[in-house]
Order: sequence, then structure tokens, then C-alpha cells
Amino acid sequence: MAVASSDTAIRSSNVTRTFIYLFLLLFALFYLMPLGIMLVNSLKPLSEITSGGMIAMPNEWTIEPWLSAWSTAQIGVEPTGLRPYFINSIAMAVPAVAISTVAGALNGYVLTKWHFQGATWIFGLLLFSCFIPFQIVLIPMARILGLLEIAGTTYGLILVHVVYGIGFSTLYFRNYYAAFPTELVRAAQIDGAGFFQIFWRIMLPSSGPIIAVCCIWQFTNIWNDFLFGASFASGDAAPMTVALNNLVNSSTGERPYNVHFAGAIMAAGPTLLVYIVAGRYFVRGLMAGSVKG
Amino acid sequence: MGFLDINNVTKSYGAVEVLHKVDIQVDEGEFLVLVGPSGCGKSTLLNMIAGLEGISSGEIAIKDRVVNNITPSKRNIAMVFQSYALYPNMTVGQNITFGLEMQGTPKPERDKAMAEVASLLQIENLLDRKPGQLSGGQRQRVAMGRALVRDPDVFLFDEPLSNLDAKLRVDMRTEIKKLHQKLGTTIVYVTHDQIEAMTLSTRIAVMYDGYVQQLGTPKEIYDTPANIFVATFMGSPAMNVLPAQLIEMNGAIHAEVAGADGPKHLRIEDAPDAYGNYVGKSVMLGIRPEAITDPEGADRNAKNIQSLANQVTVTEPAGADTFVTMSLGGKDCVARMRADAEANPGQPFEFAVNMDKAVLFDPQTEARLA
Ligand SMILES: Nc1ncnc2c1ncn2[C@@H]1O[C@H](COP(=O)(O)OP(=O)(O)O)[C@@H](O)[C@H]1O
Ligand SMILES: [Mg+2]
Repeated sequence: MAVASSDTAIRSSNVTRTFIYLFLLLFALFYLMPLGIMLVNSLKPLSEITSGGMIAMPNEWTIEPWLSAWSTAQIGVEPTGLRPYFINSIAMAVPAVAISTVAGALNGYVLTKWHFQGATWIFGLLLFSCFIPFQIVLIPMARILGLLEIAGTTYGLILVHVVYGIGFSTLYFRNYYAAFPTELVRAAQIDGAGFFQIFWRIMLPSSGPIIAVCCIWQFTNIWNDFLFGASFASGDAAPMTVALNNLVNSSTGERPYNVHFAGAIMAAGPTLLVYIVAGRYFVRGLMAGSVKG
Repeated sequence: MGFLDINNVTKSYGAVEVLHKVDIQVDEGEFLVLVGPSGCGKSTLLNMIAGLEGISSGEIAIKDRVVNNITPSKRNIAMVFQSYALYPNMTVGQNITFGLEMQGTPKPERDKAMAEVASLLQIENLLDRKPGQLSGGQRQRVAMGRALVRDPDVFLFDEPLSNLDAKLRVDMRTEIKKLHQKLGTTIVYVTHDQIEAMTLSTRIAVMYDGYVQQLGTPKEIYDTPANIFVATFMGSPAMNVLPAQLIEMNGAIHAEVAGADGPKHLRIEDAPDAYGNYVGKSVMLGIRPEAITDPEGADRNAKNIQSLANQVTVTEPAGADTFVTMSLGGKDCVARMRADAEANPGQPFEFAVNMDKAVLFDPQTEARLA
């Protein structure tokens, strides 16, 4: 009797499980389909796309569209391919992510562990900066970049993204460090560690998950940004997103969809990679900060 | 001047004063325990000694050097925290020597100091582990090691045992006491546990509501509490504090308390002069549970044992002792008896009250009459 009923329980749970997996598989396919189609079409000769459907597998596999998108396609007026712009984006995103993350970590450390007058206000203002729409700051920002003489350069974009990123990175680190035991800081003070020694030796080594969260978030936002890129750095300094747009718009005659697809995947690649490499920290880090504070 | 002087120190947060004129002198080698309920300001005072909190007014001096404006690391103190506060990313060895490293002590000396401390605390085999891989008791030892290695003038402990389970707590308590006896260091130790305070200290400061209620040896605190708060806070079960009337009868002062079946009279011998002013007035009579026994269990050396017939309301056998409750002065009064004392609920019983140990309090000021 008992055996029979537990047997039924196992069987019914197996059935449920199968359904759940089928369901999830269906959704995964649904979400992956656009990427699949892009990939497939980026590996076909253009004639196959124009003559037949987009869904079919290539008759003739080719990486020619990728090579073209990377190094020879017409971007605006020059046939440079996306490569220089990819490098622009890297040169913009890496320092911007690093600077805004370090600044956020320092802010969070100061706001939670070194109480000072007006700390709550400063945090409130930083938090507020997360909610300011991009469009509002375009003109003042252009003016400031002009005054600093870095308008239209990658440095200008780095500055813009750092300024915009600090609000979020501060929020992440403040919440994370609010749950970080203050007694550790006090113990280190008694041990004779100074402000930065405590930061480097005690706080940062325990901040792995939140550093991952912050980097993923900042990198995704900065890499994918189009508006700031288009507004402040067109021309040679344009980031990947703007270049992709130019690639799509500047082709004359028959549209080389296969090259466009390849370029789009290239533009999306780095953020995908960051998620795959650091994604498992993402949820963990988000949870860690939310336990307290 | 003592070794550690706390002179009229106050602490305010904004307009709120949380510590009021604390004045304690600690001699070299003393084990001072700050005890009191949660929120009374113990940690605040300790943090002020450590330099982790500013001093609003008054002065703290260590070895005759005023430290008010000296940073924690320059005060030559070490502190053990409630959560142990071990650096999670460092090994036990690195935790212990971090302070020395910050002071710029060369590596060979650090290693030597670490080895000495590790052998003293028997944690040699843990040196390469991370704090996350240790049990509560081991973490506790490492935290003490980190304090010991700096050879400070004063050790500060903030509830170091409160995160341990009951058994381990008793063991570590003994270890801390042994360590103090062996090293003869000066210790200020914060706890809310009155048993820890009694067992460890050479002197106790009982705190409540930001005031030091009484400062004295454990015996002074226990036998002659300054007020009702100290009397009931120290000791378990708590001292019985009963409303009573002082009367003059047969040429002696008596305390009259309401029993289950009418007034009871307890004669007071060698009454201090102060008692005379209270004859005919209400007082609070304080008697510790162990001063109320069955007649056979009474203290043979006591001079004034008063017999008190009263009805038993509850008996609670607790192994070694039996706690017997009666109604006295309109309150429950607990007596601590031998396990085989024959008291039964609902029955009358002949209690023996050791009046040598009884104390009286003013019902308004709650201060002890003396
Ligand atoms: N940073 C602070 N701001 C305001 N009040 C505080 C602060 N820290 C402690 N207090 C108050 O000071 C009192 C004493 O606190 P504390 O010393 O931690 O008590 P204990 O250690 O005896 O439990 C408490 O009433 C607490 O609310
Ligand atoms: Mg405390």
C-alpha cells in the first residue's frame, strides 16, 4: 500500500517534471529563435537570402559576411568595417566600468562605515541621479564636454558614462556594505589600518559578488548605449552601437543583410560573454545586498 | 591615579545623553566587568575607551596619558568583539598578525609573536585556515589571539561569549579567567550576564540607563547592593524585594510583612542607625532566595535566623536545589532549599530566614538603607 502510493507519487512527479521541461524548452526556443536566425543568415551568401526565405539553413556556408562586417564594410563614408569602432567601444567601456565601480565601492564604504553629517542627503542625491532620463542632460552635458575640450572623443564618453554610472554603482555597494559587519572595520581600526588600507585589505576582498553585479550592469548599459554615443562621439570616435547603425544605413543598392546580421552579433557579443562568464554571481550578489539595509 | 582612569565621562548623541558622568578608576591587573541590561551604555563606554567613539565630556587616561584625542591604534589597547570580527578573507595566522603588520613589525618578529600566542591558546593547527572553516569556540580563541599578540596595556572585551552555546560559554569563561590569572593583564569586560560578571571580575560596575549604579567587588555588589535595581539584577533567582513595615516590638526593630494568613514579624539585629528613622514607615525588605531555607538547611554561622511559618504555593525541584515559593508582602517570595526539604504546595511550612543577609531599601528612592 505504502509502496504503491509512493510509486504513484514518483511517477506523477516525473510526468509533471517532463511537462515543466517541455514548457521551458519551448520558451527557450522562442527566445533563441531571433538569435538563431541572425546566426544562420550571417553565414549565408546574400543571394540565398534574397532568393529564398530567411528560415532555411544555408546551402553554402560562408564566413565572408563576418569578414566584411569586421574589416571592409562601408561605415558612413569609409570602408573600414566595424573593427575600429569595436575598439572604440572597448576603450570606452572598460575604463568607464572600472572607474564607476571603484568610485561606487568607495562611496558605499564611506556612506556605510564612516558616518558624517549629511550622508543620507548625499546618498539620496546619488540615488536620484539613477532616475534622471538621459535626454534631459544631453545639452548641459554637451556644453560641459565642450568646456573640457573632450567633446567628440572617447574620453568624453568615458566621463559621461562614469557620471551616469556612479549613482547605480553607489546604490549597489552601499546596500552591500550596509550588511557588512561594522565590527570588522572597527577591529581593523584598532589594528592600526587606515582608511584606504581598510578598503583594500578588508572591504574589497569580500566584495566579489557585488563587484560582479556592478560590472555586468555597467558594462551592459555602457556598451549598449546609443544615445550618448550618437550625441557626443560621432565620426571616428563613435562606439559600436552607432557604427552598427551607420553600417545598416550607409549601404547603397542591394542591402547586404548577411553582413548586417554578422555586425549585429558582433555588437551583442561582449555583453553576452560578460553574462556567461560572470552571470552566476549576478543573482548571488543581488541577493546578498538585499538581506539587510 | 589608576592604570586606566575614566574621569567624569559622558556621551551624548545629539541632544540625548546616553552616558552620565561615569567615574571609574581601574588598577593594573584588575578585571573590571561592566554589567547591565541591553541598551544601558556598556558598549558605548567600552568603545570610548577603545577610541571608536568620541568622548562628549570628561577624560579617559591610560597609564596617566590622556587618550581623548588619540586614535584607537595608538592607545595600546586590544579589543575582542562579540562577533569576533575576524577578517574573512585572511587566514587565522594573517588575522592574528594583521595588527603587527600595520604597525610595521618585521615578518620574523610577527611570526615569532604569532607562534607564541598560538601555542598559548592551542590553535597552532588552525593557523592556515580561514575563519569560515572554524567553529564558534575556535573563532573565539583566534579573536583572543589577535588581541594577545599585540601585548596591550588594556584588553577590552565586548560580550565575547554571548554567541557561544551554553556549555562552551562556561568553558571559555574559565579559560578567560585562567588567562587573566596567568598573564595578570588589565581587562575591561562587558557583559549582560550577571553570572559572568560575578565569576570573572575583581570588580564590577553595574550599569543601568547610562548611570553606574554601583561599583564594587562581586561580594560587595552581591551582599550590599546599592539599590533595588542592583539587588534584583545580580543573582539568580533574583533577590526577593517585599513591601514591609518597620516596627518597634519588645525593644527590637522588626520587619512586618504580610504572610498568607496574617502579618509575620522578622526581628532585625544590629540594625544600622538609619533604620531608626524608618520605624513606623514602609520599607522594601530584600532577602536572597538562598537566605530562606528549611530550619535544618539554615546557615550554622548565621547569628539571627528567624522562623517564619507560611503556606507554600509552588515547589520547583531543580536537581541540586528545590525552589519553594510562598506569598509574602503580597508578592511571590522564592526560597532556595536543599533538594530533600519537605515542602509541599498548599501546606504550611516552617521557613528559616537568615536575617543577617537581609537588606532594606527606601521605597521612594530605592536606595539601600545603611
Ligand atoms: N550611534 C548612536 N546614535 C544614537 N544613539 C545611540 C547610538 N549608539 C548607541 N546609542 C544608544 O546608546 C545607548 C547605549 O547603547 P549601547 O552602549 O550599545 O548599549 P549596551 O551595549 O549596554 O547594550 C542605547 O540606548 C542606544 O540606543
Ligand atoms: Mg552592547
